[in-house]
Amino acid sequence: MEILKTYKLYIGGQFPRTESGRSYQIQSESGQVIANACLGSKKDIRNAVQAARKAQAGWAAKSAFNRSQIIYRIAEMLETRKGQFVEELVLLGHSNPAAVAEVQSSIDRCIYYAGWADKYQALSSSVNPVSSPHFNFSVPEPMGVIGVVACQETALIGLISQILPLIVGGNSVVVIANSTQPLSAISFGEVLATSDVPGGVVNILTGEVAEMLPTLAGHMDVNALSLAKIEDHLSRNAQEAAIDNLKRCQLYSLDYFDSKNQGLHFITDFQEIKTTWHPIEQIAGGAAGY
Amino acid sequence: MVQLKDQYELFINGQWLAPQAKKYFATINPSDESHLSNIAWATEVDVDLAVKAARNAYENVWSKLSGAERGKYLFRIARLMQEKARELAVLETLDGGKPIKESRDIDIPLACNHFFYYAGWADKLQEAFAGQPIASLGVAGQITPWNFPLLMLAWKIAPALACGNTVVLKPAETTSLTALKFAEICQEAGLPAGVVNIITGYGDTGAALVVHPDVNKIAFTGSTAVGKQIQKACIGTDKKLTLELGGKSANIILEDAPIDQAVEGVINAIFYNQGHVCCAGSRLYVQESIAAQVIEKLKFRLQSIYVGNPLDKNTDIGAINSKKQLETIEKYISLGREEGAEIYQPACQLPSKGYYCLPTLFTDVAQSARIAQEEIFGPVLAIQTFRTIDEVLQKANNSPYGLAAGVWTDKGARIFGLSSQLRAGVVWANTYNKFDPASPFGGYKESGFGREGGVHGLSAYLKITN
Repeated sequence: MEILKTYKLYIGGQFPRTESGRSYQIQSESGQVIANACLGSKKDIRNAVQAARKAQAGWAAKSAFNRSQIIYRIAEMLETRKGQFVEELVLLGHSNPAAVAEVQSSIDRCIYYAGWADKYQALSSSVNPVSSPHFNFSVPEPMGVIGVVACQETALIGLISQILPLIVGGNSVVVIANSTQPLSAISFGEVLATSDVPGGVVNILTGEVAEMLPTLAGHMDVNALSLAKIEDHLSRNAQEAAIDNLKRCQLYSLDYFDSKNQGLHFITDFQEIKTTWHPIEQIAGGAAGY
Repeated sequence: MVQLKDQYELFINGQWLAPQAKKYFATINPSDESHLSNIAWATEVDVDLAVKAARNAYENVWSKLSGAERGKYLFRIARLMQEKARELAVLETLDGGKPIKESRDIDIPLACNHFFYYAGWADKLQEAFAGQPIASLGVAGQITPWNFPLLMLAWKIAPALACGNTVVLKPAETTSLTALKFAEICQEAGLPAGVVNIITGYGDTGAALVVHPDVNKIAFTGSTAVGKQIQKACIGTDKKLTLELGGKSANIILEDAPIDQAVEGVINAIFYNQGHVCCAGSRLYVQESIAAQVIEKLKFRLQSIYVGNPLDKNTDIGAINSKKQLETIEKYISLGREEGAEIYQPACQLPSKGYYCLPTLFTDVAQSARIAQEEIFGPVLAIQTFRTIDEVLQKANNSPYGLAAGVWTDKGARIFGLSSQLRAGVVWANTYNKFDPASPFGGYKESGFGREGGVHGLSAYLKITN
């Protein structure tokens, strides 16, 4: 007898069921029921934001090199579970070669961003030659907790392409997965849980975008939104709700299979720039040299 | 020193055009309430004309020029501004009320330098975006505030033009004169018609610019409330948006700080430009062990602050920019008293005409007090104390704003520790209210997004085109 897997949420490093106790059926392209997933609620979103906030400072405080290693570890864990991810994509109706290609691209994307963890700072910071005797420099800092609506057209590559640049930069994320194809997202949660990514840095919820997004977009402890292409009115409402605490909103409608759609600016889209000034003492009559 | 016209028109497509509705508004000198001139009030039709001129100049002239050629125009503008620096300084002080020593030594030189700085970027843009192809945006709609009129114009126009965009700028209604003078400078520099358009007016003029469908970029400096309206208006459009909004910046003095230097820094942090500074250090946190000493020194220092005629080069605090703003500040001062805080103002006679406000300290301020939470935009300081660094960090970050912060301590490691934990876009350590074209400026949280100045300021006027 086949043992069917229950797909749960991924919040704070745990795999809880939705507090609402609801689930919905996931179907393959041909309409066959392949699994049940949790129908996440507003309360789940709030719990996830709390977990993300709790985890963010510690994650950002890890050394950049350490974050790089942890993200590389994600790629390693994905590699070992390649079969599972391919199988889930095939179940959804993808051809085997297409599924293999998507998983491979996803692994490549993890490795790409793993390498950025201790380099984007150097490329996006500056020492500024001000005209007064001050040492002045600008550095990127993570925005904090980011709400993500994952790509609704792909099951895995979009999700990974959106999450990775955010966590590379020291943010934590609350992700609403692809609502009709959420299995890969939760399996990716399992990968994260075994990759030394601290619990709460990535939180993944399954269910209806329309139900969960308003809470996420209006949450006063969320700093920014990364929105994939969704229905116009949902996107619009989310951006309006975001204004309350002036969330930074990035809208993406990209072909994530194309490696042009990876890059430094996907990291810096979710970084603040902080500029620090300090006077320079004049010593031995010499002027400051910065 | 300055020749004012009786009436100023709109600067559209390189020409001075009367507003279609034939409406004008008066601009006054806030230091004595005297009438200075009448300014055109642009309505939707005028805004549309200006945007069309900017679009035409973008498509047919400016986007076809090489970066090097654009840069030359900017260098030329910078030089002309330098040559007219005295005139601009007097004009700024007449129209806005700020002390002449500030407009002469800070506003105008910084504005000139901003053009000089971005001129040099115009032909080096790709170098700033390693490996990422970039393009200009098109027509930029820009709305500037009344606290640093020409400087904010420079912060907006210089990077926009350097990056290959054309501009429609609306200055604040109480301080249009230097922007109009700048339009003359553009003419004198031979800048192609339509590259810079200046439309004067009130909030309705700005709103018409924001919602204009052919504008590709909105840059706004002003209040958080208006910033939010603008963010809303831009939803569903492709307009790129940057916002420089309000602040309630924390200035923190630790017990090991050089006290006299810190006191002078606090004075500059809150009383610079009458406190009409979005990054003003309006919340002072003093460590408990030195609080009595610092407060005593601050009170003593307040007695030698000279409040009065902004054109007097000895004046420290000039005129409040408008009657409306004076009323707002006075409302907050009485609110502070009602909230139970203790007030201190020096004994000082204010001019009988004009809008003036005494430098004001509040002690015994609760963290929840409105004078400690809300932006006053005037010479009013809310002083609180703290015991531990963790405590002050929590208090300092307990604000919807995140524009700037100050830290005063002799310990280097503590500066880096604290400044990296403060959620603010600019941290001044053992200094305050310093600005430079090479230094990016902008906020976290509800103080806005995007940066102006430095290499980071380029991103506001370019898009990455993969």
